[in-house]
Amino acid sequence: MSANQEMAVRYKNNFLKEVEQQVEMGEWVKMCMQCGVCSGSCPTNFHPGWEHPPQEIFMMIRAGKREEVLSSPSMWMCTSCYNCIVRCPRKLPITHIMHGLAEYAYELGLAPKVQPTKNLSKLFWENATKTGRINELTFSLGMYFKDAEGKINIGQGIKKGLEMQKVALGLLKAKRLNLFEIFGGHKCKDQKGIHAMLAKAYALESKRKGRHVG
Amino acid sequence: MAKRQYAFYPGCSSQKGASASNYLTSVESMCKTLDIQLTEIPDWNCCGASISYAEAGELPRHVMNARNFALSEANLPGQDIVATCAACWLGAKESKERIEHSSQLMADTQEALKEAGLSIKVMPEIRHMAEVLVEDFGFEELGRHVKNPLQGLKFAGYVGCQTNRPFGIAGENFENPMYLDKIIETMGGEAVPYDQKVTCCGGALAFSEPDKAQAQIKDIIEAAYDGGAEMIVTPCPLCQANVEIYQGHINKKYGTKFNIPVLYYSQLMTIAYGGSAKEAGLDGQVIRAPKLEALAK
Repeated sequence: MSANQEMAVRYKNNFLKEVEQQVEMGEWVKMCMQCGVCSGSCPTNFHPGWEHPPQEIFMMIRAGKREEVLSSPSMWMCTSCYNCIVRCPRKLPITHIMHGLAEYAYELGLAPKVQPTKNLSKLFWENATKTGRINELTFSLGMYFKDAEGKINIGQGIKKGLEMQKVALGLLKAKRLNLFEIFGGHKCKDQKGIHAMLAKAYALESKRKGRHVG
Repeated sequence: MAKRQYAFYPGCSSQKGASASNYLTSVESMCKTLDIQLTEIPDWNCCGASISYAEAGELPRHVMNARNFALSEANLPGQDIVATCAACWLGAKESKERIEHSSQLMADTQEALKEAGLSIKVMPEIRHMAEVLVEDFGFEELGRHVKNPLQGLKFAGYVGCQTNRPFGIAGENFENPMYLDKIIETMGGEAVPYDQKVTCCGGALAFSEPDKAQAQIKDIIEAAYDGGAEMIVTPCPLCQANVEIYQGHINKKYGTKFNIPVLYYSQLMTIAYGGSAKEAGLDGQVIRAPKLEALAK
């Protein structure tokens, strides 16, 4: 059974309960009073980014629309500006709920297949935890040379590289981009400790949430 | 005045050759004048920023920040952690609050830290450099060191998101924070009226959804020009980079003629304190700031 089927069976028709137990800050969802201030405050909602703005997502969760919510590209539009959090009259930590929904959808394999911010998020964490610090050069190259599905795409990388040529040259000239980072660059000394610590953290989190350890 | 000491968390972007290395140059110069001693937390790691959520989950993200807390307390006991990067400050402060709020999260964090031979005994305070300036010094004290006032220069104080929300600087308003304008004015410059001061630059989406981010950046720059600003000033490394380096792309896309320098508050302060252009890291601008360079000693 896949992780998704396992969870669907465990929570049967109670998607709200599933969100409360599995999604970061999910226990807040039922506090939403549908005023829509979050949607009106979201910078990317204007561009038209959101298939379902946050307050709609909250109502859909209560209505049990599991597939529609978890496969939606909406949560991946969050820029982490925290405008919704500070304006919400019920003090819902909306930014964190959006990140949490995205994480859970990704964990279950329900997140949209083609989603650039999903790839960015994954790449950032992989890059940061590999050596303990972000390597801006390999991170940027990773972003440009991977397609929307996260596969290596040389043609796209070269095209994107040409598009970014002036930006990169400007940064190089200003000494804010270092091509030698390709050989490793800045890193933590105790990488072994960091990896062991993270492995433990993943194991504990899976255990607490009753998630499949794969 | 006694020397003030802090445990320093520079963050990935401030390292040598990285995108905010000029920020660090200017912070070091500014701190020299203010007699601030920043001691780097040994072997600090990335905070995970707010974009890593897909794979980071909760505990792994908090544990990364907790490692820095443990290293800071072990090596620099009793010192507040000071971050210059908005995302580092936010990520660390958020993890601190969550861990303190939940005994289970604290227990799990300690168990994971043990794998790296670390533990948290005392939780340090996490502060942004802007907080240190405003709270530990105050505008009057900051103004006392001005030798080369930024007379006649007009700045748009672009606060952005993550030093302002959800935590912000104590006593400030989320919709219209004033601390950056006050720093500009304390340094002798003019803070122009600026209606996009807390608009989001798109953050990490400048990479993944450039069209959406650049639409926001366009508004941010346009409003600075509308207010009569000659330069934009910010406390955040990602705001700085996003608003500065994509101006060429935006000009091409929208037919605009943007060419406005984007600086850090610490660069203004270094120049106002009598520092050179090099000490202020002005050679690190992609869009150079000739008016500020001309004023520099």
